[in-house]
Order: sequence, then structure tokens, then C-alpha cells
Amino acid sequence: MTVATENIGEDGFAEVVTLGENDPLRLTSGEILSPIKVAYKCWGKLNEDKSNAILICHALTGDQYARGQNPITGKEGWWPKLIGPGLAADTNKYFVICPNVLGSCSGTSGPKENNPETGEPYGLDFPVITIADMVGAQVKLIDHLGIDVLFSVIGGSMGGMQVLHWAVNHKERLNTAIPIASTWRHSAQNIAFHEVGRQAIMADPSWHGGRYFETDERPHAGLSVARMAAHITYMSEGSLTAKFGRNLQDREKLTFGFDADFQIESYLRYQGISFVDRFDANSYLYITRAMDYYDISADFDGSLTKAFEGTSVKYCIMSFTSDWLYTTAESREIVRALNAVGANVSFVEIDMDKGHDSFLLDCSEMFKIVSGFLAAEAQESGIRLP
Amino acid sequence: MNQKSKNMHHRASDIRVDLLLIANMIPEGARVLDVGCGDGDLLEYLRQEKKVDARGIELSPEGVQQSVAKGLSVIQGNAEEEISHFPDNSFDYVILSQTLQAMSRPDRILEELLRVGKRAIVSFPNFGNWRVRLHLMLKGRMPVTKSLDYPWYSTPNIHFCTIRDFVDLCDELGIKIEKGMAINSTGGKISFQSLLLSNFLGTQGLYVITRS
Repeated sequence: MTVATENIGEDGFAEVVTLGENDPLRLTSGEILSPIKVAYKCWGKLNEDKSNAILICHALTGDQYARGQNPITGKEGWWPKLIGPGLAADTNKYFVICPNVLGSCSGTSGPKENNPETGEPYGLDFPVITIADMVGAQVKLIDHLGIDVLFSVIGGSMGGMQVLHWAVNHKERLNTAIPIASTWRHSAQNIAFHEVGRQAIMADPSWHGGRYFETDERPHAGLSVARMAAHITYMSEGSLTAKFGRNLQDREKLTFGFDADFQIESYLRYQGISFVDRFDANSYLYITRAMDYYDISADFDGSLTKAFEGTSVKYCIMSFTSDWLYTTAESREIVRALNAVGANVSFVEIDMDKGHDSFLLDCSEMFKIVSGFLAAEAQESGIRLP
Repeated sequence: MNQKSKNMHHRASDIRVDLLLIANMIPEGARVLDVGCGDGDLLEYLRQEKKVDARGIELSPEGVQQSVAKGLSVIQGNAEEEISHFPDNSFDYVILSQTLQAMSRPDRILEELLRVGKRAIVSFPNFGNWRVRLHLMLKGRMPVTKSLDYPWYSTPNIHFCTIRDFVDLCDELGIKIEKGMAINSTGGKISFQSLLLSNFLGTQGLYVITRS
């Protein structure tokens, strides 16, 4: 267990571990997955009593490279201003772990990975998974690292769904939960947008019924359209207007054709095209499905209040004013259910005009809140420095 | 961490005198909701000195952020809206300090305070104070006081009252006043028992109310 004893510092350490060989992962669907691979990256150092671990949960198209350079894209990680020395998730104080979720495509078991039984990629033979299953895989990773109780679980968007699942279903294994720009269930509108994306992928003849990996083709057109549609939901009308308005793309006047006349078209096409190089189309189907199936109240007779009953987890919840994908109203429903059971919950609606993606941007207010919340909790629960 | 440790060791003198008066009314270990808790100074003091189970509601994100950094559980939102989502009898004490006058319906908020709490502690600026009366009489203009220095057209304080008005309203709503006092401009208690004198000399009213 090298990571548990060594100081891996701010540059971090990444590996892929094989878990659940003797203790299979039982999925929500009833299927069994064993063994599973979990790819993760971690930073900082675990303290002596293993009480300073923070789990970071990524969003739909995220990965384990939250901080530092992503070796696949060559770009900077997706939460570099939240994780690091002296930052909110301070790697001088905490041991920060970010796993790639089950079903994804950065090394953790998913449709792209080989089925151990056949030695070939799973494709659509990979079982349909849920947010609960993603968390199930994370529990195995935390067990593997020898951590009983996480100091905090933090995530935005789909990451926030995992945070809430941890807090509701594994409440004895975390002290604090920070779900950001998230929701307690996927709404009809959320499901509708995802269905558009999935249909775009499956309508692409290069998808080949999910077995494109046996051909030279890839459903890039479909995946690109899926990403374009989804990307619109991550931004606000106001930020699109401010950034692009009706500005034309490298031209003086309309061309009376179907080329990208407008800057917004060009931008969306770029978002779509650059996405297909780094993401697997089948993973996109599986993960969007997992999000659609997500409803934290489902196992509690549809009652959010019941879901939170008896919780000892301390919550810090944030939403953004311009987020119309997972709105402030939805976060407030969580907050009110927590208040109804007398839970410790703080909530802030952050005024930011960049839409749902605000949580991934340079939002000093969010960083300050996470930082203050964690520092106060670390002090209160006497978390020792590594 | 540094900011936290700076805030950790509060002494009684660190919080405002009127807040200290409120704090002194709250017993050890009580469940307390502070409606309009600002940066959480009173709740932090109560948690440290009285080991209360503290919760807050605050409108300003900055106030919530500072409260959260003190380890407090505070909900950002409109007090009148957010309090309605708390269950009946979830607190021993609900505090409404210097906020009553900013409520759109002070009567309804008083009833809400006593729905979610067994007792409420309410403090408010007293517009029956002689300086306010004199200001209106001599200048003929809406009083603007040192602590409430907004012009009439932009003030968030939309429902000023006098100590007498408050006592009358409690009476009308069937709310029992357990304890009441007037406070002078330096935050000291005014020792007069007479409502008339309290209303004349007090700059603030401070009341503990409960359902009768």
C-alpha cells in the first residue's frame, strides 16, 4: 500500500487497481461484476489514523485527472483551483483521491475495457450501471486504501449525485458531504436531453450496434452531436449572448448556406469534435443512463426526508443562480429535507452567470466556501496533519 | 485554518452588547435558530459558551460564507420563505435580532418563530425613542438614525415600530411576553419598569415571547 505511507505531494500518483476478485460488485440491476478495475489519482498524504481523506467525484465526462496534466488530452486537470497546496482541498493537509467512475473510459471498468471472460471489449455486454454502482466501486477503492471514514466527499453535477449517494447510503463512512450544482433525482427534462444524446449516437451508422471497436469506424458524428446538445445545457443564455451574441464566424455577412455562419455554431462544433477524441461513445450511453436512473429518494418510498433521516453527515450545498440544468430550487429541496430531519446543513446560492458549468470555472466564492467549511470541520473534529 | 483559529477563542466582550444580552437568556444545550444570523457571531458565541445546537438563516452569501467558515450550519435565503420549511417545534429558541423591521409581514414572522420554536427572542429598533420623535417633530423628515442610516426610499427596513406597537401586536396575536426590556444606545438595560418610559428612552426593544 504505497500511497498510504508515502507523501506523494501535489504532483500526485495515478494507478489502476483490480478490486472485488473475491468480493464481487453487486450491481443495482442484480448483475454481478467481478473483478473490476478502478483507475484513480491521489494527492497529498494520508495521516496516521487515516482520517484526512477527501474523495472527489467527477461529472459525466470527467476523469481522475482533477489536478495536474491529463496524460490523454495534455490539458490541465478539471479542478486545479480547488485541489492543491493551500487551496480548498489542501494537499498539504488532506489526502485527496479522485477515481474514474464505473462505466467511464479512463481506465476504470466500462464498455471500452476488456471483458475478463472474453478478453475483448465489453461493448453493450457491459451491464447497465447506476450512480449507486459507481459509489459501490468507490467503496471498494476506499476499502482497498484502508480508509474507514472519509473526511469529506466532494463533487459537482453528477459528482454531486455520487456525494449524495455516499451521504445517504454509506453515512457511517463520511463526515462531511459537499454536493455542488447537483440534484436529488433526474427530472423529465434532464432525461429528455440525455435521450437526444443517446439517440444521436445510436443513429450514427458507425456505431455498429455498439461494436464499433471491431471496425475501423467510430460514431464520431453521433457522439459529437450528443456533446453539442449537452453542452448547451451547461451554459446560460446570458453567457452565450455575452460571449457570442449573433456574431458571425470569420465572415462579413450571412452565406445563405449551412456552414457555421455564427460563432456559436462554430464553437459548438468545436466542442463536439474535440470531445470525440477523448471520450468513448458507449461510455456516454452508460453514464447518461446511470444519471437518468438516479433518484436518491427511490429506496425511501419517494421521500427525500426519509432518505436523510438519522444522518450524522454535515452537509455544505451550493448551487448557481444561472444553472438551469440542476437549479437552485432542486438544491433547496435537498436543504429543506435535511432541515426537516434536523441535519447539519449549510447552503449557498452563488451568483454567477456562467450556467451549470460555473462549478468547473474560476469561482472564488465557491472555493472560499469549500475552504472555510473544510477548515472549520477539520479543526472541530481534530483532523491531524499528515 | 488560520482564520478559524483567530475566531475560535471568543471572549464575551467580542460580541455586541445587545447580542450578549440575548445570549444570556439562552440556557446551556438549547436548540437555537438565528434568523438573519449575519456573519454568525452570536451563534458562534452560543455554541462555544452555551454548547447550543446552532442553526442559522441568512440572506447575504457573504454572511453565510463567514458563518460556514466558523463551522456553523447556515442556510442562505429569505427568512420568511426559509423558516416556513422548518418543522413545528424544531427549536427551543428562535432569535430574530434587528430583523423584524425588514420583514414583509412582521406579524406572520412572529407566528412562524413560535411555530418552529418554543420561545422566540426578538430585538428591534424602537421608533418610539425620544430622539426619533424629536427628529420627526423638529425636522419634519423621516428619522435616519446612526445604526439605521438608510434614506426612506431605499431602506430595507420597511416596517418600523415602537416598543408599544410591538407589545400591542403580541397582545393581538395572543403571544405571551415572558420577558421584555428596553436597551439604551450603549446597549445597556434600561431599568424602568414602565412601558411608557421604556418606549420613550429605549433605542431597542428586546423581548422573549412564547405561545400563551
